[in-house]
Amino acid sequence: MKKSPVSMTINGQPVEELVEPRTLLIHFLREQLNLTGAHIGCETSHCGACTIDLDGKSVKSCTIFTLQAEGAHIRTIEGMAAADGTLHALQEAFREKHGLQCGYCTPGMILRAWRLLQENPDPTDAEIRFGIAGNLCRCTGYQNIVAAIKHAAILMAGAQQKEAAE
Amino acid sequence: MNQFEYELAPNVENAVASGRSNGAVFLAGGTNLIDLMKGNLVRPTRLVDINRLPGLDRIEFLPDGGVRIGALVRNSDLAHDPKFARDFPAVAEALLSGASPQLRNAATVAGNVMQRTRCPYFYDAASACNKREPGAGCEARGGHSRLQAILGWSAHCIATHPSDFSVPLVAFDAVVEIDGPQGRRDVALEDFYLLPGNTPERETILAPGELIVAIRLPAQAALFAGHARYLKIRDRTSYAFAVVSAAAGLRIEGDRIVEARLALGGVALKPWRARAAEACLMGRRAGREEFAEASMLALQEARPSGENEFKIELARRLVVRAFERTAIDNTARLSPLPASIVNLTEEIQR
Ligand SMILES: Cc1cc2nc3c(=O)[nH]c(=O)nc-3n(C[C@H](O)[C@H](O)[C@H](O)COP(=O)(O)OP(=O)(O)OC[C@H]3O[C@@H](n4cnc5c(N)ncnc54)[C@H](O)[C@@H]3O)c2cc1C
Ligand code: SF4
Ligand code: FES
Ligand code: FES
Repeated sequence: MKKSPVSMTINGQPVEELVEPRTLLIHFLREQLNLTGAHIGCETSHCGACTIDLDGKSVKSCTIFTLQAEGAHIRTIEGMAAADGTLHALQEAFREKHGLQCGYCTPGMILRAWRLLQENPDPTDAEIRFGIAGNLCRCTGYQNIVAAIKHAAILMAGAQQKEAAE
Repeated sequence: MNQFEYELAPNVENAVASGRSNGAVFLAGGTNLIDLMKGNLVRPTRLVDINRLPGLDRIEFLPDGGVRIGALVRNSDLAHDPKFARDFPAVAEALLSGASPQLRNAATVAGNVMQRTRCPYFYDAASACNKREPGAGCEARGGHSRLQAILGWSAHCIATHPSDFSVPLVAFDAVVEIDGPQGRRDVALEDFYLLPGNTPERETILAPGELIVAIRLPAQAALFAGHARYLKIRDRTSYAFAVVSAAAGLRIEGDRIVEARLALGGVALKPWRARAAEACLMGRRAGREEFAEASMLALQEARPSGENEFKIELARRLVVRAFERTAIDNTARLSPLPASIVNLTEEIQR
């Protein structure tokens, strides 16, 4: 099948590639761009391991054709830490609060949690649970993930206050 | 997944023209269609991407109090629109009770209405299914039928329609605006869906090339804003399709009901409007006894299609509970903030 050109911005970098129409965004990211942070858990839109941020919204990259993302601004787990390797507050909080065990769900969890905190910077436990309902974790029982997201909310609010003071 | 031609439709006219060609299918949010394509259950030769059709992503509040929802409005944007949630709380509640944040962000309102059944045999290419292959048989009959229909089913298909959103839409007389090769037409959502009968492969009245451009709720629907609820019973407290659900609305003057609305989800291949139940509440008190009577009428014609007799009694009880909740004024209940609908989820779980 003839390939079509597609262009988008991923973690701030412009990308231009050729893809088959049936190439799913998750396969494009992982196999064509070697951005293997977003995971494939179910490939049927259920588990959330493939969650990325697309034009300001959390979406499942296994349920989007690459061509649909033409012109989009995308953020993946690779775009969370600073260029010098300093972890993002959410990554720090997941480590600190043991928000991961095997780590398979973590890239999707963190991207989803990041968008959740943009929309609601001070969520309650129940709001966090509702917000991450589309991200399945088979290890942690979610308890520590909720704690990590709450902790990150505090870290991020603190960082913002510091920035405002400076 | 099969190979296909991909085409980004620039306007409705082109979309309709392309959608008409053999093997063409419209692609909206893709959250249902792409999964079906992954399983080789749907094999389009041409995908007509309608995501960038101009003007179809708007929510227009009409001067008379109704609302016109563009086909491409995302489920999350509609549910979180403050005015929409205030005027049509049961519809917002239904949207937020479905799927997950990621899926609601991608899913469009037209795609939601058009989503295919979740019958497990329909999703299993190795099973016989009349819906996928007319005349092949129906493996759900005599199989795992716990979640299948109790109303309107036929010997050829016992599946249910999975949309939550469509249930309050039918209760409040939503109209589907369609554009197609033969021009524009409006169809009540209730009449838009077809019951299985002898032709379970035919699911809606849409002809080839016909495109949903908008869904309208009439002004009358907003009169229920103070007393409208959507209640969903499911196997888990989140992220599951309905076992049974109910959209209920009441207009109460003094201590009397002047108008009632009721539609059931998870019971048939379309949202089931219970008009006899509505009629019996007219002029009555909003009390448990009255609601119990309505619930008997709502399920009067129900019969099990397999291991699902329990759904009949479950639906009756849900009707009573939905009306009881509806009778309590709910104007301040829904918070429009993203990820802030805790009261709602707790309410549903109680
Ligand atoms: C894990 C999971 C859980 C879910 N849970 C729920 C739930 O609890 N409740 C619920 O209600 N839903 C649930 N859903 C379903 C979800 O709501 C639907 O997949 C979604 O609404 C479909 O919208 P879409 O825009 O992605 O449609 P698409 O997948 O793009 O399209 C679906 C169908 O509609 C057709 N179509 C789309 N737009 C138009 C148009 N304008 N005119 C004519 N035809 C059109 C397409 O051709 C296709 O046949 C769930 C889905 C998943 C994957
Ligand atoms: S119930 Fe309907 S959808 Fe399910 S297998 Fe039978 S014919 Fe197919
Ligand atoms: S891999 Fe996309 S949701 Fe599971
Ligand atoms: S940490 Fe293993 S799946 Fe979540």
